[in-house]
Parts: sequence; structure tokens; C-alpha cells
Amino acid sequence: MNLGFRLFPISASTLSWKVDLLTFCLFGLCLIVLIGVAVAMLYSIVYFRVGSKAVRHKLGPQKYTLEITWSLIPLFLFLGLFVWGSWVYYQMHEVPSNASDIYVVGKQWMWKFEHPNGVRELNELHVPVGEPIRLVMTSQDVIHSIFVPEFRMKQDVLPGRYTYTWFQATRPGVYHLFCTQYCGLDHAKMSGKVVVLSKEDYEQWLSTGLDHATLRGADKVSRGRELYQTVGCIACHGENSPVRAPRLTSLYGSAVQLRNGETVTVDENYLHEKLIKPYAKDVGLGDKEYEAIMPSFAHLSEEDLMSLVAYLKAGAPGSDKGP
Amino acid sequence: MEKNYLNDGVTLKSWLLTTDHKRIAILYLISITLFFFVGGAAATIIRLHLMNPAGTLVETDTYNKLFTIHGVVMVWFFLIPSIPAVLGNFLIPIMIGARDMALPKINLASWYIYIIGGVFTLCAVLWGGVDTGWTFYTPYSSMFSNSSVILTAMGVFITGFSSILTGLNIIVTVHKLRAPGMTWFKLPLFIWSNYSTAIILVLATPVLAATLMLLALERVFKIGIFDPALGGDPLLFQHLFWFYSHPAVYIMILPGMGVISEVVSCYSRKPVYGYKFVAFSSLAIAIIGFFVWGHHMFVSGQSMYAGFVFSFLSFIVAVPSAIKVFNWTATLHGGRISLSTPMLYALCFVGLFAIGGFTGLFLAVIAVDVHVHDTYFVIAHFHYIMVGGMVSAYLGGIHHWWPKITGRMYPEGWGKFAAISLFFGFNLTFFPQFILGYLGMPRRYHSYPAEFQVLNVMSTLGASILAVGYLLPIGYLLWSLKYGEKAPSNPWRASGLEWETTSPPPKHNFDKTPIVIYEP
Repeated sequence: MNLGFRLFPISASTLSWKVDLLTFCLFGLCLIVLIGVAVAMLYSIVYFRVGSKAVRHKLGPQKYTLEITWSLIPLFLFLGLFVWGSWVYYQMHEVPSNASDIYVVGKQWMWKFEHPNGVRELNELHVPVGEPIRLVMTSQDVIHSIFVPEFRMKQDVLPGRYTYTWFQATRPGVYHLFCTQYCGLDHAKMSGKVVVLSKEDYEQWLSTGLDHATLRGADKVSRGRELYQTVGCIACHGENSPVRAPRLTSLYGSAVQLRNGETVTVDENYLHEKLIKPYAKDVGLGDKEYEAIMPSFAHLSEEDLMSLVAYLKAGAPGSDKGP
Repeated sequence: MEKNYLNDGVTLKSWLLTTDHKRIAILYLISITLFFFVGGAAATIIRLHLMNPAGTLVETDTYNKLFTIHGVVMVWFFLIPSIPAVLGNFLIPIMIGARDMALPKINLASWYIYIIGGVFTLCAVLWGGVDTGWTFYTPYSSMFSNSSVILTAMGVFITGFSSILTGLNIIVTVHKLRAPGMTWFKLPLFIWSNYSTAIILVLATPVLAATLMLLALERVFKIGIFDPALGGDPLLFQHLFWFYSHPAVYIMILPGMGVISEVVSCYSRKPVYGYKFVAFSSLAIAIIGFFVWGHHMFVSGQSMYAGFVFSFLSFIVAVPSAIKVFNWTATLHGGRISLSTPMLYALCFVGLFAIGGFTGLFLAVIAVDVHVHDTYFVIAHFHYIMVGGMVSAYLGGIHHWWPKITGRMYPEGWGKFAAISLFFGFNLTFFPQFILGYLGMPRRYHSYPAEFQVLNVMSTLGASILAVGYLLPIGYLLWSLKYGEKAPSNPWRASGLEWETTSPPPKHNFDKTPIVIYEP
């Protein structure tokens, strides 16, 4: 995947040119100020060199107006870039609602990707062009960071919680995939490639083009449903369970009240934390008091935890998909 | 022969048990120079290694240990003590007309603490090294690394106390020992910048000590503080670490700005333009510097709104630095400028610091930071500040005050040659790294994709020129100790109390306490 010598990276996502435009404007503004200072300095160095007969007008004591002018004008120009940069960052942060999820688990020293339909990849990610993709990421050990320079996209991947980022590729091609948070011995080997395919090629890849690094398992929600049975969630949370435990149907997105009186909205991070640390955010008030009998599921792999979360997330009332 | 601080007592004991601030400064000068070459040797191997994209010169593990030791040694054992503990120690009492620092024994103690910390860290290197990076990010450092993390962290922890004591000493000295008539606004700007630095040393270093202690608790006793598997929070470490380490960046540049103010003023034959703005901008940097730590964490998973606030504050902290650069430029106007060696270093500083500062604004714009964070862009940026800025200022200061410190003149021609090689070597080393970073080459990579090779080779070639710029001064400055011309009291016709006493100064600096009536 030698992309050849170049001085500027390929731009391959909907956000990349926005970052580049910012960079160019910053570069231009900085260059103007830098050249201004350099010319003023060089002029003085030559014109007022020792022994030159230049007339030396006194600048006099410091002039507050001068000091304030040369401080505030650049400040306001650059604050414009602050607002603009924050606006682009906001767009990096806000995932389009039609984005499809890809699950990412980082571990020393590999990237594991899982598509919603169950196709799994190692250190390689195939995606269709023109479609927004959200990455739901966690780490099994230390902090990693996913970086695709051609997309101008980077996000740290933390153990014990989910972080997110998204992109929409704009041109087919093979791009770099790096880990940018130092993660131990083979940090530099924790890299791979992102393959952006046209829609037809992507469909074909999904059906036939799976190479040795790629495995197809059950889709994420079905796998979650299976785990829901096998690890025993259903024994307490199931419809006819004799144990008094909260029903989990249509839990995702709802507001639950914690024992300390706070209210939180159930999201992926909440479900993940609940599975590994059941009492960190303990639920129940008054008559909704539950006995503290839920065990931790921290022994499950991050992939399995993600499947359970995906299953709980899919659970709509009366839906055959959900719990 | 006239008695001065150098020949008043020649035994080893008279040096190792001295409480004379000038001798302690010399002790620091020798020790930080040794550490500079330890860190520099690591950098040399790193640069040679990176000439080949496959990374065949040293093993992965060795490479990881090399960049860690380069960072640890350069930050804590060279840059932080460089100007405050060497030039500051030597000059602060003389510049304010005092006979010594306010707490001379504490001053000596802080050198011993520094050495003990250094020995711990060097032991860690011999013991097999440490591979966490100088940032010690958890949970890698606390739970996963199989290297001498505790020993290294102990070294840094101990050395922190040396920083605190030096800072305390500077603050007390400036408050209490100013000569009659030396009011606050007659203080040289070098004093203002070191005073501001001292405030950061005293306020920020304890946070580092606490953070390293927590890291050790988790690593040794498995108490869950940072590792989520034990119930901790990995981002907590980053908040604590950068709450120290961002102000520490200003510990590493403010004293350099003080040197530049003195040097630019001396070789333009003019007082610094806008004295009060330059003086207060040092304090402003010291204070605002405490509120920008989150800009190291834009992609760490901290809240988006925290990102906005830290981005905004990072723009604000750039203002006082810009004020300094503009005032130095104005100082040159209408002066009588001679391009002697210290002035060349000062101009080197202004140019490289300006580039470092501007690229800092790239990093403060969040959306751009997302792309270049943890790439060579960041490496280039902070080397422009720390090496291009601080090391140039340090070398400029060493040359400027060399006649005062040693009583000998250095060879001017060699000095200029070294300063110019530093400027060109530095730019050739680090400018390609901005491009590498924007292209996407991540930092701390033992091997890298082949298309980045050309720029890496350029960088390594530049580093060899840079090495000449660093090795030459060692040679001719040592040479000048024996063969250099004898220095008069004020060879540069500079202003400032340090030039009123002999070169080198007598043991107690002044025969009679000076009375100050002029502004600087």
C-alpha cells in the first residue's frame, strides 16, 4: 500500500477538505504575521546596524495604544479561526442519524472490526463509499487511538467505556489505518488499511470476496440474543422469571432513576458499565427497589459485551428482535 | 591574584559543600550538560534508526526505551533546570544586588536532590530501561509495562522536590533581597521571567508528585485509580499529568524569554520596548498556563464542550507570547545593532519560537488538532519551542554571561559559526516533521510506511548539522577557560548590576551593597 511520495495527504472524506481549508487559512494568516515580524526585524538589523548613519527617531516610552492594537487585532483574527475550528469539530462529533454502526475493539496490537451483519475483519476495514459510518469503539487493555489520515479522523479508544467517531468516505481507494496512542511494544505494528469500495464492489465483497482475514459470524443482534440466553440474563430479566429484576424491553434511550436520585438516559456506555460494574450507577427508588444480586460480566470479551449491548439497544416493545 | 568565587577555595569539598549561589550554578551547569548528552545520545540513535522505514537498527523494545529516556532526561533533567538553576542561580542575586540567594543551604540541598533523582533515573536505564514514553499514560504504565516504571517515576518524583526548592528560593530572594532602590519595576526582565517560572515550579510540581505517587500505588498495590479493570479512570491520569505538564512547558520557555529580553536590549543598545508589558506578560503566561491543560486531550474522549473551552483559552495564552515578540521587534527599531554571538542566538530564538508558537495555534484549533494530534506535527511543534526556543536562549545566555561566569572571553568567530549551524541544522531537522505529521506519520513508531522515508532522511541529515551546533560550543568554551582572553568587568558595555562587579565576581558579589537609581 505504498501511496508514493507526496507533501500533502489525500483527501477522502466529507470532513477532510473542511480541515484542510482551516489549515490553509491558518497557514496564510500565520505566514502574514510571521513575514511582518521578519521584515521588521531584518529591516532594523540592517538599517540600524552599529555604525550605520541612520537617523534614530526615538519610539519614546511605550505607547499603550500601540501595544493594545498589535495584541488585539491578531487575537480577533485568530479567534475567528477558533470559532470556525470548533464548528468543524462539532460536525466531527455529531453523527448523522442514518449512519450504520461498525464495532471496533482495539487490543495490543490489533484492530478488530465487526460489521452489523456479522462480518469480522482484522486490521482491515472495508466500507462503501458515500455512506456515513459510525465507529463504536472500546479497548480490551490499554488506550489506543484510531487514525485514518486521509479522512482527517482520529479518536482515542479507551478501556472500560465506548468512544465514537464517524466518517463518510468520498472516494474509493486504500488508505492508512494507524494507532496513534502509544500502547506498548508493537504500537507501530498496530496499523492496517481502510479499503473504500464503490457500492457494487462493496456488495460483492460482502457476499463473495471475503479473504482469510475475514470471518462471517451471526449478526450482532442475533449473537446478542444468543448470549442473553446462554450467559443467563434471561433467568432474572426474562418475562416469567421468579426473580425480581427490572424488565429490559425498550430500555435503550429511556430515562432511569438512580438510587442517589439522579436520572440518566440509557445509552451504550450506560449498558456497558452496567454489565461490568452493576452497582456503579445503581437503579431503583422506593417501590422499585431491587435486591443487589446481579453479577458482573467483566469476564466476557469486549466483542460479546458489544453484542449484548447491540441486542439490548435493538429491543423495542413487542419487537421480536428485543428482549 | 585577585580573589574571586572561583579561586577562593580549590578543594573538592569547597565545591561540594559550597553555599555560594555561583558555585552551585556551576555544579548545575556541569550536571545538566552531562544529562543533555545522555538525552542527546538517545536522540541520535532514534534519528539514525528512522532513516530506514523498516526499522532495523535497534529492536522495537530498545527503540521504545530510547524515546522514553530521551523525553524523561531532556524534560526533567535538562530543560526544567537549565536556565533557572544555572543562569538564574548565578545571576538573580547579582542582578538584584544581593550577596547570595535567600536560602543558600536549601539551594545546595536542591542540587543534591536533583542528583539523587538523576541517579534513580539513570539506574532505571541501566536496570533495563523504561518504555512508557515520558508521559507515563495509564493504564499502560501502571498495569501493562514490564519495565522499570517505578524507578523512573521515583527519579522524577525526587527531582520534583529540587524544582520546588529552587522555585521557593527564587521567590524569597526576589521578594526579600533586592538592593536599596531596586524597586519591582527596575528589576531586569530576566528576573521577572524567572520569578514567574518560580511561581509555576512551586504550584505545579506538587501535582506531578501526587500523580506519580498514585501511579506507583496502582502499579505496586493494584489499587484501582486509573485502570478501568480495577474500577479506575484512565482519563483522570491525563488530567492530572497535563495539569502539571502544561505549566511545565512554560517552566521550559519563560526563563528563555527572560534571557532574550536581556540580550536583545544589550546588543541593540536600548532598553526593551514596553518594559511593563513584557514583565506582566510573563506573569500572565504563568497564570493562564494553568488553565489550558485540556488541549492535550481533544481526542482523548473528554467532553466536546470542555474541548471548546480549552481551545479558547489556548488562544488567550498565546497573546502574552505574541506581545513579547512584538516588543522585541520594536526594541530593535532605532537601536545600534551588533550581530554578536548571543544576539544571533536571540534572533534564532525569535524565529524558531515564532514558528513553534504559530504551529501551536494550529494545534489549538480543535478540528486541525484532531488530524495532527500524536503525529510528527506535534513533535516538530514542541521541539521548535523547547529546542529551537529554549536551548537557543540557554546557549545565547551562556555565551552572553560567559565572561562574567568564567572571567574569559569565548572566540567570537566560532560562536557565530555554531549559532548559524544550529539555526540551519534545526530547521532542516524539524521542518520536514511538520509535513510528515500532516501526512499522518504517528509519533513513537519503530517502523513506518516507506513513503515517509524521504522526509525522515532529510530530518536525520539536519540533525547531524544540529549536532555540530551543539558540540562546537563544548569545545571552544572549554578551550576558552584556559586560552580565552581575560574578560573585563563589562565587555559588552551592557547595563545591569551584574556588569558592575568584576569578572568573575568576588565571593560575595559586591564589595559594597549597590544602590540602584536608574531603570534598566
